[in-house]
Amino acid sequence: MITIDSLTKKYGATTVVHDISFAARPGRVTGFLGPNGAGKSTSMRMMVGLTTPTEGTATIAGRRFADLPNPGREVGVMLDASAQHAGRTGREILTIAQQIMGVPATRVAELLDIVSLTPAEADRRVGGYSLGMRQRLGIAAALVGDPSVLILDEPANGLDPAGIRWMRDLLRDYADHGGTVLLSSHLLSEVEIIADDIVMIGQGRIVCQGAKSELLQAAGTVVRATDGAALQRALAAAGIPASVADDGSLRTEADPARVGRAAYDGGVVLTELRTADSGGLEEMFLELTADTQRERTAA
Amino acid sequence: MTATATTATAVDPVRTPRRAEIAPIPLSRVVRVELRKMFDTRSGFWLIASIGITGLLATIATVAFAPDDVLTYYTFAKAIGFPITVILPMVALLSITSEWSQRSGLTTFTYVSSRERVVGAKTLSAVIVAIASMLFAFAAGAVGNVVGSAIAGVPTVWDLSLGHALTIVLGNLVSLSIGTVLGMVLRSSAGGLVMYFVLVLLVPNLSALLAASQEWYHDLQPWVDLPYAQTFLFDGMHTGAEWAHVLTGVTLWLVLPGMYGLRRVMRSEVK
Repeated sequence: MITIDSLTKKYGATTVVHDISFAARPGRVTGFLGPNGAGKSTSMRMMVGLTTPTEGTATIAGRRFADLPNPGREVGVMLDASAQHAGRTGREILTIAQQIMGVPATRVAELLDIVSLTPAEADRRVGGYSLGMRQRLGIAAALVGDPSVLILDEPANGLDPAGIRWMRDLLRDYADHGGTVLLSSHLLSEVEIIADDIVMIGQGRIVCQGAKSELLQAAGTVVRATDGAALQRALAAAGIPASVADDGSLRTEADPARVGRAAYDGGVVLTELRTADSGGLEEMFLELTADTQRERTAA
Repeated sequence: MTATATTATAVDPVRTPRRAEIAPIPLSRVVRVELRKMFDTRSGFWLIASIGITGLLATIATVAFAPDDVLTYYTFAKAIGFPITVILPMVALLSITSEWSQRSGLTTFTYVSSRERVVGAKTLSAVIVAIASMLFAFAAGAVGNVVGSAIAGVPTVWDLSLGHALTIVLGNLVSLSIGTVLGMVLRSSAGGLVMYFVLVLLVPNLSALLAASQEWYHDLQPWVDLPYAQTFLFDGMHTGAEWAHVLTGVTLWLVLPGMYGLRRVMRSEVK
């Protein structure tokens, strides 16, 4: 359990993180989503004591990070997979973690296996690693102490599609066994695949947070029929306001069950009925962060 | 994927019942890991190995080139000890600055959140390396002295007292601390190394020039010029005034900047 309470970071007159509060709960993967420079990394550094907050607190299982007697055993942290001495081998980096945390030496080989780094790769210096390999090594280092909380900054960065899928399965499994996962990303698609809960941040402020399913629900429904006009009439008859999208489908804020019922009552044959998921959340992401985005793209 | 099949058991956070109270990390463990980190990169390994290598070269050079009448134990110990005095501060400095310059501090300080503890462990590790190197230097010097005097056909002279040996050790620890303090104050490998060479090569020369030309500075120099005061330690302490010079030099060069540096280490942001 990670509890963030009114966390604020100011650099002189600039406020980078503005009074954010949220909780990442056990058994769930919480996605910390926001455009570049939104304050995600600063927030995460404050959670693990690398940056001192101007105001507010961050606690892990009720305790400040600095008060944990052996932090690596309780919180696995990966803030930047590339932040390693380039001259050390992957195996050495895990061995350092294993020794300082005081866990059995067998943990190193175990973790190399979990993150699919071969013994030959593990004996190479990380200076020659690809970003994807560094991410795997970083995840392994975070897991060495068998912690119950994971804090990962952009863990899917640099992974290929198979790697992202692997990461999703790994974190899903970890959360299913009662672990708490907080991961950040600037890519909506990644968070959407991996997270249960989403905290969206823009220019240091939380713009929305909640369960992914609810947020998707709020994003509305997309519906399409063989006869578009008949569908519009059926929805109107049921009192559901809808708008026609460019591709001819209808978009409404009503939930899919209600839309399906209306279509059924109107005798309309549907070819598509779904929550606006990806598209909807993306729209929300762009909309919510519109004032805070660096680039105001029309798209 | 093969990887996912194994995750269920190995990543399970509740598989092992959580210990009610996790034991704090003992300082000895932090020191052991920091000591390991000094050797586990190619650059770190060769930096420390160079102490031994230059020590051996110095022994050979002394045997080959030193005039017979100065072929004594002190000559050997001095020649072998010189590389230690130069290289050890770099070892101490880099062990601190690399956490920032290589950004490994992002993980190091999440394993041990008390940064003063990490820096303390690094300093202790450097002291351990220093003592080991000096034992090596004294031993290599002894071998060099026996072999060298035998080759030259002169009597073997043991002219280093225990007290003098101890002040040499102290002198080297002062040098090492210059590296530690610079590392804490600057937290940058490149900047730290440049400043280190400015301090130990340029400043003593400028200070000597100033002392030679300015009357007022001539009397002040031993009090404020730490490398100058250090030469007392290396050459053997004779007077109480010399100890006072070492003390003021250490206060000005190490204690005060060290306090500032430690504050910076504890407060600065690790990115």
